[in-house]
Amino acid sequence: MAVPRFWRRLKNLYNLLGTHCKNCGSYYYPPRNICPACRRGGKVEPYKFKGAGEVLTYTIIHGGPKDNARPTPYVLAIIKLDEGPRLTSQIVANPEDVKIGMRVKSVFRKLGEESKHGIIYYGTKFIPA
Amino acid sequence: MRDVAIIGVGCTKFGELWDSSFRDIFVKAGVSALEDAHMHGEKVDAMYIGNMSGGRFIEQEHIGALIADYSGLATLHIPATRVEAACASGGLALRQGVLAVASGYHDIVVVGGAEKMTDVGVDTATDALAAAADREWEGIMGATFPGLYGMIARLHMHKYGTTREHLAAAAVKNHRNGSMNERAQFQNEITIDDVLGSQMVADPLRVLDCSPITDGAAAVILAPAEIATRYTDTPVYVKASAQASGTISLHDRKDITTLDASVWAGRRAFKMAGLAPKDIDLVEVHDCFTIAEICAIEDLDFVPKGEGGKATLEGMTAIGGSIPVNTSGGLKACGHPVGATGVKQAVEITEQLRGTAGKRQVNGAEVGMTHNVGGSGATAVVHIFSRNR
Repeated sequence: MAVPRFWRRLKNLYNLLGTHCKNCGSYYYPPRNICPACRRGGKVEPYKFKGAGEVLTYTIIHGGPKDNARPTPYVLAIIKLDEGPRLTSQIVANPEDVKIGMRVKSVFRKLGEESKHGIIYYGTKFIPA
Repeated sequence: MRDVAIIGVGCTKFGELWDSSFRDIFVKAGVSALEDAHMHGEKVDAMYIGNMSGGRFIEQEHIGALIADYSGLATLHIPATRVEAACASGGLALRQGVLAVASGYHDIVVVGGAEKMTDVGVDTATDALAAAADREWEGIMGATFPGLYGMIARLHMHKYGTTREHLAAAAVKNHRNGSMNERAQFQNEITIDDVLGSQMVADPLRVLDCSPITDGAAAVILAPAEIATRYTDTPVYVKASAQASGTISLHDRKDITTLDASVWAGRRAFKMAGLAPKDIDLVEVHDCFTIAEICAIEDLDFVPKGEGGKATLEGMTAIGGSIPVNTSGGLKACGHPVGATGVKQAVEITEQLRGTAGKRQVNGAEVGMTHNVGGSGATAVVHIFSRNR
């Protein structure tokens, strides 16, 4: 990930900061500026998610992208936040312990790095709750 | 709108074509399609080229111009357009060609698809393919394509009782079909045990659940139906050309195990052609992973949701079954040069409907379908073809 792309997303990556449409009540993470339900009729505002949710599905990735911050195997999952939206993230846990429907909560973790001596970037992963 | 016909097809061998360049393979496919249509290049009015990632795979953009030039058509100054929709680039290029002929804007159109993926290492290729997903919200979080389809597979197994054997049966069947296709990257037969014993990639998907990295090119020549028989005795008519979009991220789908874009493109295609799933004699679906073939036959309504795995294991989709799927060997065995795949599917259906598919011929095939997907399902393109106008 290039540095400008990372910097402009700092607050969304660190805080699970998404959006909420006051018109229809839908929550969005990743953030959306246009509510697909209301389109231009929507009233979209920032919203900070509580970070609690459950595992909808997951996989254990054995052959991952070559990246020092991602030793394989690692658990990749789709998590449904309690407010409704779903996101893709990693679960920091023993792969055998991960189950569909398991409760998880967000944590601040290293996501990756540009190269061995490059910039490290951080963001949100999940752990068993 | 005018009816459109395919009057010529061409396709290279699919595989690791290390002694051929990108331009070598698309020229080869294009020339064999023109020869098949008994036509010279001066007749061509326009070209549409499906190519996903020339920039990443061969560090070459401006693919439309390159292809027109090396096909000898730049001196005729024909319009040449590259079309991109990740792994659905070929299907989408075909649709652009069909629209151009149907509208009356052009008469003879060459539709090509080409990808040279083995000039870079596996890591670079995997990362280039990952660009078909949402880079900022899936890729950076660690998602790979096997990972995304692995998550679809796990939920499908959880919700519907689909088993590992069900998934493996799709790969076994596609390798059997590929063994009868001299263009296929893999022409070896495999067993369910081979699949289940192969290296784990993204649990529950293993290496033999995944389509390979492939070089290859394919081309078809389109013409208005009313003049098609000037060029060929066996025109194949385009009865429907449908496209649909879905969310770029898998996590935003209404149902993770359903590719909405496939459902909508399929419905639109059936409606356009005035046909139903029972009227289709064979279909080439987008089996980038075994689970993708299971989802495809469900989403296109050939089997009820959740029953695709069982139907595959029971032989419904084999040649000789009630709806043969991926007679070419599919993406799994024939190979998956991403920009070429959607066009190769049309080449396979054309040969089947002409009755020239050799050992893998589906007896009496009259109506065929192709289904090409971009990413984890953000784009789907479905075409229906018939021997009869």
